[in-house]
Amino acid sequence: MQEAVRNNVLWIVFGATLSVVFGLLIAVLADRSRFENIAKSLIFLPMAISMVGAGVIWNFVYEIKDAASPQIGLLNALWVAVGGQPQAWTAQLQPWNNLFLIVILIWLQTGYAMVLFSAAIKGIPGELLEAARVDGATEVQTFFKIMIPYIMGTIVTVSTTIIIFTLKIFDVVQVMTGGQFGTHVIATQFYRQYFTNRNFGYGSAIAIVLLIAVIPVMVYNLKQFGERRAF
Amino acid sequence: MAANSANSKQRQKLISDIIINGALFLLVFVWTVPTFGVLVSSFRTRFDIQTSGWWSILPHREWMKVNEFKPDKDLDRDGVMTIKGLQGTFKEFRKGIETPDGTRVTWIGNKRLGRIEVQERRWTMRTDLTLENYTNVLSGKKYALKDAAGNEKIVRGDNFWGAILNSLTVAVPATVIPIMIAAFAAYGFAWMNFPGRKILFVIVVAALVVPVQIELVPILRDYVKLDLNGTFLAVWLAHTGFGLPLATYLLYNYISGLPRDILESAFIDGASHFTIFTRLILPLSVPALASFAIFQFLWTWNDYLVALVSIGSKPDVQVLTMRLAEIVGSRGSDWHLLTAGAFISMILPLAVFFSLQRFFVRGMLAGSVKG
Repeated sequence: MQEAVRNNVLWIVFGATLSVVFGLLIAVLADRSRFENIAKSLIFLPMAISMVGAGVIWNFVYEIKDAASPQIGLLNALWVAVGGQPQAWTAQLQPWNNLFLIVILIWLQTGYAMVLFSAAIKGIPGELLEAARVDGATEVQTFFKIMIPYIMGTIVTVSTTIIIFTLKIFDVVQVMTGGQFGTHVIATQFYRQYFTNRNFGYGSAIAIVLLIAVIPVMVYNLKQFGERRAF
Repeated sequence: MAANSANSKQRQKLISDIIINGALFLLVFVWTVPTFGVLVSSFRTRFDIQTSGWWSILPHREWMKVNEFKPDKDLDRDGVMTIKGLQGTFKEFRKGIETPDGTRVTWIGNKRLGRIEVQERRWTMRTDLTLENYTNVLSGKKYALKDAAGNEKIVRGDNFWGAILNSLTVAVPATVIPIMIAAFAAYGFAWMNFPGRKILFVIVVAALVVPVQIELVPILRDYVKLDLNGTFLAVWLAHTGFGLPLATYLLYNYISGLPRDILESAFIDGASHFTIFTRLILPLSVPALASFAIFQFLWTWNDYLVALVSIGSKPDVQVLTMRLAEIVGSRGSDWHLLTAGAFISMILPLAVFFSLQRFFVRGMLAGSVKG
């Protein structure tokens, strides 16, 4: 269970953070590119794929063959091409093998973050950016001093959503490793415990923690709800 | 001077254009390559998938056989041999020894019965593409295969047709039922006064974030008592329950944003809540309904956990994701089946996604920017 909690923390720290960072980066880049629509569609495409399907796709990338035969997995082929020995990426170097599973989450969730950031960036008034540029701000300064503060609300929402999603991550781990090699997360442990040990005590605890975490969102919604007049 | 500065400005713009598009292209490339690899592999033969990377359909240089012969019987196979003027042990020949003129001499097969190939590096593409993987994974028949040594082997395919039908049987009702209920609920929350309105809404918002796993345990216990396990009804009910909070919340956001004046004038004209809902609210909410329908459809079609828990392992009711996960677990290196199977499971969601992307994005924006 400690392992599962530790892994979930890894998932949140790396998975959620990098999804947000990449999502923001791509949203900003696409906003200034002529190929905005096609780029966004392709980045967003994994959102439509099931996590089992994503597991198959990435298992194929990580596939290992013995050193004598040609590698059919992309990562090992590249690794061998630069002079390495073929590696079983999802089994070795615990706990860092988790990162190779987390990549899948980033691959899936970046599109989601990107779409929301893209909409938020388009909502920044043009005069605001223009004024900054007239005053001599560099692109980097405009990005950090104007864009980021302006879309902070969206960044918070997106991060919260992805963190909640990451806490519940199940399919990816189940399909990729089944929790072997020190990759169990809370949900896979939960699933295993339920069907083998019939021990659901800690599941309820997670629910309560999540409920507490979500109280601010609830309060915000309720405030708006209370102000409405119905017929 | 002025022309000069305009010129340098233009050049600067060009450079930043190249950097931006280059970085974007790189990211898109990295994001797309894994899927592309699976798509390409699903059309390659089983033998090709196992012996070369999918990228070998692109032009590349490879060692190709120019001629072959049997090694002399009297060669000292355990010591140093001389073949075609090259000296080496069996191990070295097995790996292949290169000659200065660019050819390579390689021992193929085992020590006793092997043959020797003279190879040359040539440009080539492996473009033997086939639809066999798809027919095998769909039809589930046993079929014969010849392996590299020429031995015939009977291999099991898989039965994806049944799973596709099961997935549809699960996903369509599991999309329609929650939308019907949620539309009524959303209208009620938005425009009607009734006791307990506030507390019920709190429950809906809270249910939005409770992890599915936690709800599964009590549901499963009830299913066992009611003997619902392994039926489609069980999955429909589970998906309806899990989908309802988001559906209600999304539709509430939309319906409560409709202009008050329309409803007011309808009430003055003597319309009841029910007439207003069916004649006014439903037609106006089509965009929101469509957004949620797409969401829910993709979610139920792609779902694995809920199906796994409420259907169990009964093969005749298994959905696509379960069949696919089962091949991963039991025959994880049957890439000809896995790649084709994975792609079959993606076709419908991708089609839905590309044709209705607009609604999908809109639903996402409504779901979380407001939350």
